[in-house]
Amino acid sequence: MEDPKTISPKCCCGKAQEPAIADHAGSGKVDRGTIPVVSTTLSLADRLGAWKVRWGIKRGRYRVTPGLYAIGHPGDKDVVLVSSNYKLSFDELRKELDGLNVWILVLDTKGINVWCAAGKGTFGTDELVRRIAVTGLPEVVSHRALILPQLSAPGVSGFEVKKRSGFAVIFGPIRARDIKSFLDHGMKADARMRRVTFSFRDRLKVVPVEFVGAMKYFIIYAAILAIWLFARGGLTVRSLRDGSLPFLGAVLIGSVITPVLLPWIPFRSFTLKGWVMGFLWAIGLSAFQKAGIPLLAGNLLLLPAIAAYLALNFTGSTTFTSQNGVNKEIRIFARPMAITALIGIALLILGR
Amino acid sequence: MKYLANVASLRINNEKCTGCGICLDVCPHEVFFMNGRQAAIQDLDACMECGACRINCPLHAIDVQAGVGCANAILRGMIRGTSPQCGCGSKDETCC
Repeated sequence: MEDPKTISPKCCCGKAQEPAIADHAGSGKVDRGTIPVVSTTLSLADRLGAWKVRWGIKRGRYRVTPGLYAIGHPGDKDVVLVSSNYKLSFDELRKELDGLNVWILVLDTKGINVWCAAGKGTFGTDELVRRIAVTGLPEVVSHRALILPQLSAPGVSGFEVKKRSGFAVIFGPIRARDIKSFLDHGMKADARMRRVTFSFRDRLKVVPVEFVGAMKYFIIYAAILAIWLFARGGLTVRSLRDGSLPFLGAVLIGSVITPVLLPWIPFRSFTLKGWVMGFLWAIGLSAFQKAGIPLLAGNLLLLPAIAAYLALNFTGSTTFTSQNGVNKEIRIFARPMAITALIGIALLILGR
Repeated sequence: MKYLANVASLRINNEKCTGCGICLDVCPHEVFFMNGRQAAIQDLDACMECGACRINCPLHAIDVQAGVGCANAILRGMIRGTSPQCGCGSKDETCC
């Protein structure tokens, strides 16, 4: 067993550029022997790739060519699992399939994971129906059922797929690691398999991308600070450190500390969670700085607002926030946070 | 972990529900339960408005304003005057 070239060409749109190895476009009999067989063992390169995308490096290009793949030696009666073409999702799935003979149908989700793609609609009814036809799946298998990850349900209407393609949709477990147990128990998922979690470990996995994203704000701030200090003739290592440390702390608190400690920080609102943590930082920092009134007030008005904004931003990486909820937070908090932050900036500049 | 109370827009129409139970299968937060021969909401505050139940209900008995609970996407939409635009991954897109 060896891996096919699972990384697709750079361009995701041109259907003509997808190698014919994965998609069997057109009619005629599909030769099962031409369907690429993939390994259930992840290579060092796979692990390294997973680590890189967790840090946001070339995340949008970490893709598998859409189409049909084989695990083991599947025949016409073996099950078909459907996945996205984000390589991290595909790898998570295949590594759980050791010893099985199954088909994997990879949809073109533009390199986005199952849940997000379902939310966008790219892991959707239309793409699934189209991919069934393009791969010639009805000729590869004699049954008419597909197992989809439960988290694809926001994009895939099971009864609609059945109507349009003849294939019944079975929503399997959320996590790939439950697939074997699901298959062993007559395709029944228990309550635990159907429930999404957001554990400490889950949060640690998504925090690096938040951190990298937030550091971009910090670098811009540090550059502006350096120019400003230089213009005033006071650019030293010490002045740069003293000027950037408060901001760096607020950024780390909003993008790393608050997400990691999420359930233990009071309030359900992410803005308030971030604000509270930022407030603690501002108090501690001011005590350390032996700050006078303008500096103290500036710290208290600006730093919690920065942490609050970044904490609210984390809603996009969680598994339980709703659009109406986030809308409500923005409606309530956006203006007061922006105003206090601006007053804080003014005080910090005047206080120097 | 639960998000804000009393904001989820999820509603179920008992006149249409036949109790097939697909909403219980697709919901990632156990929002529904079987109340006799019909599905009912047991935990509204756990609903994240993903919309899985709505599009999979063959009788269209469920209504929810489905969307992404992502501040970045919502702010992006407000700035551009569009609906919330999920930007994840799109900046690395080479041609789409």
